[in-house]
Amino acid sequence: MEFQKLFNLVVAASLINNFVFTQFLGLCIFFGVSKKMETAVGMSITFMAVMVISAAACWLVFNYGLVPLDITFLKIVVFIGVVAALVQVSDTIMRKISPDLYYKLGVYLALIATNCIIVAVPLTNAGAGYSFIESMFFGVGSGLGFGIALIIMASIREKLELADVPAPFRGMPLAFITTGLIALAFTGFAGLITL
Amino acid sequence: MSETSMSNWQLIKNGIFAENTIFKLAISLCPSIAVTSGLKNGVLMGVAVLFVQTMVNMTIALMRNVINSKIRIPVFMLVISGWVSVADMGMAAYARDVYRSMGLYIQLIVAFASILARAELFASKNKVVPSMFDGIGMGIGFLVALTIISFFRELIGKGSLWGISLTGGVKPMLIMIMPTGGFFAVGILMAFFNWMELRGGKAPAHH
Repeated sequence: MEFQKLFNLVVAASLINNFVFTQFLGLCIFFGVSKKMETAVGMSITFMAVMVISAAACWLVFNYGLVPLDITFLKIVVFIGVVAALVQVSDTIMRKISPDLYYKLGVYLALIATNCIIVAVPLTNAGAGYSFIESMFFGVGSGLGFGIALIIMASIREKLELADVPAPFRGMPLAFITTGLIALAFTGFAGLITL
Repeated sequence: MSETSMSNWQLIKNGIFAENTIFKLAISLCPSIAVTSGLKNGVLMGVAVLFVQTMVNMTIALMRNVINSKIRIPVFMLVISGWVSVADMGMAAYARDVYRSMGLYIQLIVAFASILARAELFASKNKVVPSMFDGIGMGIGFLVALTIISFFRELIGKGSLWGISLTGGVKPMLIMIMPTGGFFAVGILMAFFNWMELRGGKAPAHH
């Protein structure tokens, strides 16, 4: 496993194929938690951790459970189950071990279970036939990309709060148009690395 | 919400207008941009969601008395993912070329907040028939939203509708079929609906 390939995978997943700006996944949460910088940072950290763990767990279940039994058509059901269980488990563990951290990040955990990126990553891993390490790095890249997107958006929206916007555009419509402009900027990353 | 008192027709209208998933509630947004670069994709995605939403609502309504309320969310998720698998395999079998371009998004219907929300808020508390109509209404609302978005995006971005070219020699605005254009289209349409409401004297639903 050469280092360069893994590096490429991370850059590709976080910048070039950024889940929010070029594949439009996780938008509900993206628009939901990007109103304030603090929540955006908390969400990014939690998200990244859950993403890597679930990518790894789903890979193990897929390659050692579903493939040998020849029931890969059940992958949607199984991945959703694995992710939901993982979120529940990390919720419980976090509450026991570190109530402080739970107080800060616990809310986001519940939200993550309904996020499409968290299911999209294992599905992509299974579809592309990545190895275990590659899957983990793909998870890291995707989590990083989502974090970058959230933080950029939160910093813009905090400023936008003060702007004088025409009434029909207030709130979601403006958030969408802002995201469109960021997405336009992100198209500039295309071709940075050829995989 | 306890058992509903709305008639079947009111339930359908509620899903299309008052609680339109995309323009009013602003949830389940991912496919509203991802698959709407062409009218055909948008409509098929809408039909898939309509199917899943209706079937899930009916299944949950049938099972509502045997589901333990403590584990209801996992049960709902399993029911949803079962029906999504059906839609996924159906699409893969009968609409191959479309499936190739949007297969991942069909699979991701499983993570739709709107479907889980209807199961939780409506189907788990109502009888089968109202739940079915609620599902149909919500699904049609989604279908209508996707159709409007993809209509404008394909018309402006490619100069065609359902793959048939309309413009002749005029160059289309390529930006509308790019990711950026999707965000713009949804944003402007939302603003348009807000504007209509503001003119009607009501405050916009979301802020």
